Amino acid sequence: MSEQSTFDKVKAITVEQLSVAPEDVKMESTFIDDLGADSLDIVELIMAFEEEFNTEIPDEVAEKIRTVKDAVELLDKK
Amino acid sequence: METRSVGFLGFGKYIPEKVLTNYDLEKMVDTSNEWIVERTGIKERHIAAPDQATSDLAFNAAQQALVNAGITAEDLDCIIVATVSPDMLFPSTACILQDKLGAKKAAAFDLSAGCSGFVYGSAVASQMIASGLYKYVLVVGAETLSRIMNWKDRNTCVLFGDGAGAAVLGPVEKGYGIQAIELGAEGKGGPSLYMPAGGSRKPASHETVDAAEHYIHMNGTEVFKFAIRIMVRTTNHLLEKTGLTKEDIDLIIPHQANSRIVDSAAKRLKLTPDKIMIDLDKYGNTSGGSIPIAMCEAAEQGRYHKGENVVIVGFGAGLTWASMIIKWQA
Repeated sequence: MSEQSTFDKVKAITVEQLSVAPEDVKMESTFIDDLGADSLDIVELIMAFEEEFNTEIPDEVAEKIRTVKDAVELLDKK
Repeated sequence: METRSVGFLGFGKYIPEKVLTNYDLEKMVDTSNEWIVERTGIKERHIAAPDQATSDLAFNAAQQALVNAGITAEDLDCIIVATVSPDMLFPSTACILQDKLGAKKAAAFDLSAGCSGFVYGSAVASQMIASGLYKYVLVVGAETLSRIMNWKDRNTCVLFGDGAGAAVLGPVEKGYGIQAIELGAEGKGGPSLYMPAGGSRKPASHETVDAAEHYIHMNGTEVFKFAIRIMVRTTNHLLEKTGLTKEDIDLIIPHQANSRIVDSAAKRLKLTPDKIMIDLDKYGNTSGGSIPIAMCEAAEQGRYHKGENVVIVGFGAGLTWASMIIKWQA
């Protein structure tokens, strides 16, 4: 899977879950500080990633996801 | 064998007088009203008086349910109490309630299925009635969770409240009442939400008390994910079983754990807010009490109409889930 398509999917999910503008979701955006997510939003994001990419993301891994890039890199490995 | 149609004939609820607001909690643990409201939707919860145990809450709710069902305690064939905070380990809270009500001919037992307990109990009751074994069964969900709450743990103590709800189940007009039931369990998730000590694994001791093991312990993230996924999945299963569609659901009464769980599941189910019963802002999560209290409030608000499809969904400790679709009979 190319990085671009993973980014597009992550971006689409982020826009949907956090109700943010697509242009605000950049590789370097942090979910909490830049995109206004709280801890439960992050859990919902992780759930949406798990469902879209048909994978499981353990808590200890999920806790390290801060930026869009973190999510894209993690999901690219899956 | 021909079975009888079974439905909910009357509801009752009892909420203890004392209110504990988020502002009160700000003085007890490091939290804020804003934080609690944003992450849970809860504004206040009620706390039982020191002399009130679970059976006392259950008794008040049960009396009201009997009146609303138009029967007396002597008419009851069975009493099921769903609780994780019984008066004591034994005898059952249902037996204590049977005595208080004077329900002399009623069988009585408790049922442990966490926050799904009332729906589990209603499922059991419905089959007792459908088969012709019994006519009237009282199902009560009642909790004094304040007694098993760690008031120093800000992750849990802001979430829960005390309260009881009760329903009388009995025969209804043919074709109406409960149309489909799903009960489920995922035992491997047990440690996500549990009370470690006080049973045979870890009897009460100085050590268990010092380690705060007689309180509710919860992995919030795990339970949050489970709750959203199971609420969506079990509701879809009910629709498959009955051949109904999401558009056919007139009212859904979910376990009142957290508005974020309900909102997320509702979004996935494409249900609009007007179809969702919510009262957790006033009561918090009352575990077994949550669904019957909400069902009682829906009745008080005149939200049930003949022929409409009502879904109830519980999820909680076990981990367990339980759901029902009811075609309202009156």
